[in-house]
Amino acid sequence: MLDVRGLKKVYEGSGRRVEAVRDLTFTVGAGELVCLVGPSGCGKTTLLKCVGGLLAPTAGEVLLEGRQVTGPPPAMAFVFQEYGRSLFPWMRVRENVELPLKQKNLAKDRRRELVADALRSVDLADAAGAYPWQLSGGMQQRVAIARALAYEPRVLLMDEPFAAVDAQTRADLEDLVRRLWRERAITILFVTHDIDEAVYLGERVVVLSASPTVVQEQLKVDLPDERDQLHTRVAPRFAELRTHVYEQIQAAKRGGGTTKSDAPQPL
Amino acid sequence: MRRFLLRLVFVVALPVVLLAVWWLASDDSTDVYWPPLRTILKTFPDVWTAERLRTDAFPSVLRLAAGYATAAVTGVALGTVIGSHRRVRAVCEPVMEFLRAVPPPVLIPVIMLFAGIGDTMKVVVIASGCVWPILLNTVEGVRAVDSVMADTARSYGITGAARLRHVVLRSASPQIFAGLRQGLSIGIILMVISEMFAASSGLGFTVVQFQRGFAIPDMWTGILVLGLLGFLLSVLFQLVERRVLGWYHGLRASTRRSR
Ligand SMILES: Nc1ncnc2c1ncn2[C@@H]1O[C@H](COP(=O)(O)OP(=O)(O)OP(=O)(O)O)[C@@H](O)[C@H]1O
Ligand SMILES: [Mg+2]
Repeated sequence: MLDVRGLKKVYEGSGRRVEAVRDLTFTVGAGELVCLVGPSGCGKTTLLKCVGGLLAPTAGEVLLEGRQVTGPPPAMAFVFQEYGRSLFPWMRVRENVELPLKQKNLAKDRRRELVADALRSVDLADAAGAYPWQLSGGMQQRVAIARALAYEPRVLLMDEPFAAVDAQTRADLEDLVRRLWRERAITILFVTHDIDEAVYLGERVVVLSASPTVVQEQLKVDLPDERDQLHTRVAPRFAELRTHVYEQIQAAKRGGGTTKSDAPQPL
Repeated sequence: MRRFLLRLVFVVALPVVLLAVWWLASDDSTDVYWPPLRTILKTFPDVWTAERLRTDAFPSVLRLAAGYATAAVTGVALGTVIGSHRRVRAVCEPVMEFLRAVPPPVLIPVIMLFAGIGDTMKVVVIASGCVWPILLNTVEGVRAVDSVMADTARSYGITGAARLRHVVLRSASPQIFAGLRQGLSIGIILMVISEMFAASSGLGFTVVQFQRGFAIPDMWTGILVLGLLGFLLSVLFQLVERRVLGWYHGLRASTRRSR
């Protein structure tokens, strides 16, 4: 479904040259939920923007269903890290979800149907008439997810969507993502710096090294399909997997040699 | 209802006090240039008849409307173009700064040379004065569109006219309105000044005419009318702004609360 080959991104500007991503190669199969985990500042957002066609890579390429991505493809939807700045504050929730659909030239009835369905999926049918800034952080991120769902993407890109919400809300939102993924059979590429989150959500975890970024390891998560916050997180297999990912990240930092000293300890 | 009444009291309290002070201070004035407010108010209905409003106030307002509308459309359109292209901005910025620094009344004699002394001249003068704050604020507002919002728009295929209408202009609207507000007060000033130069009708013309004929209380009534006009336009502006920028005031209030 999604092929990332030899991706490299160097930011140049104002005399500074930042190699955010050095060389990334991985694939995401159709209908898969893959989590990308890496330390803060390792270039996760950069990678996702390249995948989503928002940034042109310096080298390498991204293929969506075999076709090279050169601009944002209509089959992809993006959920951004900064939900507060990603929803338009001058539009009500309903209009925020509907605007991309208008661009797709869908008929009015179809649009209304999609909006209502997406808002219902994230449990926000009542908030359709509210402005985003009247909602809590978790609700705003759900609106952003609803907007992505209504767009009917085949691939959903999520950039640390829950980094800024409280732990309880975060757990709920994680379950929401698992549920939507299973109900709608979308391919999801989910970026996070939280190892637990990556293992809990993913079918597969791609571990990134610290900057300059390469793929450190890919790991299949052989937890049961049916997961819940209470039992999955205390399962012995879960603990093994997260310990493994943790060690990989530590190794990446030691081996990399260019480790940033201010990178936070995972969890 | 009670809150509304209370607000009304707040709004009218100071004007009433000031008028009372004016009334008392000028009550036994014998100075010709400084007649008692009583006399001014008594003259008012005689001067500002329906006929006079039609021949003098109405043309003034019409010129202001034409000039202001021209300035608003040009300012927002040009500002959007300049604000969205870095290269164009680099070329235009020094010129804009220079033109903005020229006091608009200075342009009146120049504009008279090629626009004559008719209504066109006045409209051009008003427009050329109010366009600057509108233009510069639009440039700033368009330029400051949030990068995450811009990425969001792009990733959801919101481009071209839709992007301009639903994202860029909306996001810049608080700045644009700040410019429009400044433009409006400049416009009123220029309306009066342009009518003092070469005119046969208008509020500015009337005031000067009274002053030359030593009809001092009449002159003061003209000044009162100008003040009232300015006040009325500002109230109208606020009503429109409240509607268009309702989201912005709500957003600001909510970020203030959460801090
Ligand atoms: N527009 C840009 N210009 C120059 N350098 C940039 C730009 N965007 C990001 N960088 C740099 O690239 C590196 C990776 O940034 P990126 O935002 O992709 O990391 P991240 O993994 O998403 O971080 P976080 O976990 O904080 O979200 C950082 O060193 C950053 O300073
Ligand atoms: Mg990021």
